[in-house]
Amino acid sequence: MRHLMNPMDFSVEELDKLFDLAADIEKDPKKYAHMCEGKKLATCFYEPSTRTRLSFESAMINLGGSVIGFSDAGSSSAAKGESVSDTIRVISCFADICAMRHPKEGAPMVAASRSGIPVINAGDGGHQHPTQTLTDLLTIRSLKGRLDNFTIGICGDLKFGRTVHSLVNALARYDKVHFVFISPEELRIPSYLREMLWDKALSFEEVIRLEDVMPRLDLLYMTRVQRERFFNEEDYVRLKDFYVLTKEKMERAREDMLVLHPLPRVNEISVEVDDDPRAVYFKQVQYGVYVRMALILTLLELV
Amino acid sequence: MLNVGKIEEGFVLDHIPAGKSMSIYYHLGLDKLDCTVAIIKNARSEVMGKKDIIKVECDINTLNLDVLAVIDHTITVNVIKDGEIVEKRVLELPLELKGIMKCRNPRCITSIEQELPHIFYLSDPGRELYRCRYCDEKNSERF
Repeated sequence: MRHLMNPMDFSVEELDKLFDLAADIEKDPKKYAHMCEGKKLATCFYEPSTRTRLSFESAMINLGGSVIGFSDAGSSSAAKGESVSDTIRVISCFADICAMRHPKEGAPMVAASRSGIPVINAGDGGHQHPTQTLTDLLTIRSLKGRLDNFTIGICGDLKFGRTVHSLVNALARYDKVHFVFISPEELRIPSYLREMLWDKALSFEEVIRLEDVMPRLDLLYMTRVQRERFFNEEDYVRLKDFYVLTKEKMERAREDMLVLHPLPRVNEISVEVDDDPRAVYFKQVQYGVYVRMALILTLLELV
Repeated sequence: MLNVGKIEEGFVLDHIPAGKSMSIYYHLGLDKLDCTVAIIKNARSEVMGKKDIIKVECDINTLNLDVLAVIDHTITVNVIKDGEIVEKRVLELPLELKGIMKCRNPRCITSIEQELPHIFYLSDPGRELYRCRYCDEKNSERF
């Protein structure tokens, strides 16, 4: 039985297969509409999330399956003090596959180690968010036609942003990807990622100003500064609007540069950018459903 | 010159960096054993200048040597039988450590689920760096 804890759980070849399947789902969704009939997905969300949970639920419903679950810790047995290990043992009796989001890092891994059903990490604290990474990779592959040979700027909260950590780990396996990390000093990438990039002799740079690097980017991945990751409100207020992507800044970018964002967006991308054809963050959400459909089918061994 | 007698069966930890013997004594759990333990501090050493030595009269298999490797894997472990050295054990950095170090990351699942074992994996042998199996946070504990 397989689980998905971080993007590295799948080899590059396995990811290629997954993305081929997602592309086929996009092309011919009817072919997959009944493949999960009689199967149940449990969405165990210990912290609030709308889009990830709904994306999982939409994916399972598109496959003809059904969904059970909870959307915050208060309405689960966690409020009564039940451990993650006990919860997953119980959930294993109710469902065929589980998507778990938890504010504590490593919680889905604990669940996977005791689970009788495949567990998908749907985000654990500031640590990993592998299905967002699969979404990002599928979006890039579908719209750029490749996952290698480009310069990607990653901008915003690179310290606590789990989407960033997962994406960097995943892209580090492809050839000739140059990373430009754009963040304020306080929100730089964590040391373990920097060390990983050094160890693999991958090319990266860390800068503070977005404007300066815009003309060199093939992709720009914007992120939100997340209030919930800060222990100190003052730090959050000081850093939340550090970067705002505007129409003026987009004028400095290449004609084929794509802007991605894991959403939700707050102020970091001005709404006037939404009409720019290079802004693909809403398309990205649709790719998220396709890739979760492909993942559910793969982990349930239905393809 | 202070003399400590030979031991018949047990082990001698030699070439311990001066001053680290008490840390090893506690981390190996020697304080909990009901056997003879001799701790020699600041012994003269041609190579090290000063060194510590620990002699213990007990079966070596009762001890978790992983912790010793983490403290300093260059420490020499001499296994003694019938008063003679019968084996010199080479310490290697263990790939995984269970229950030896604690994860200090307040966001880690181990911070709220007390019964979970604290597990670290060797992420960088060159830098002797261990990371938490759950959250990937660097070990910050010093021995």
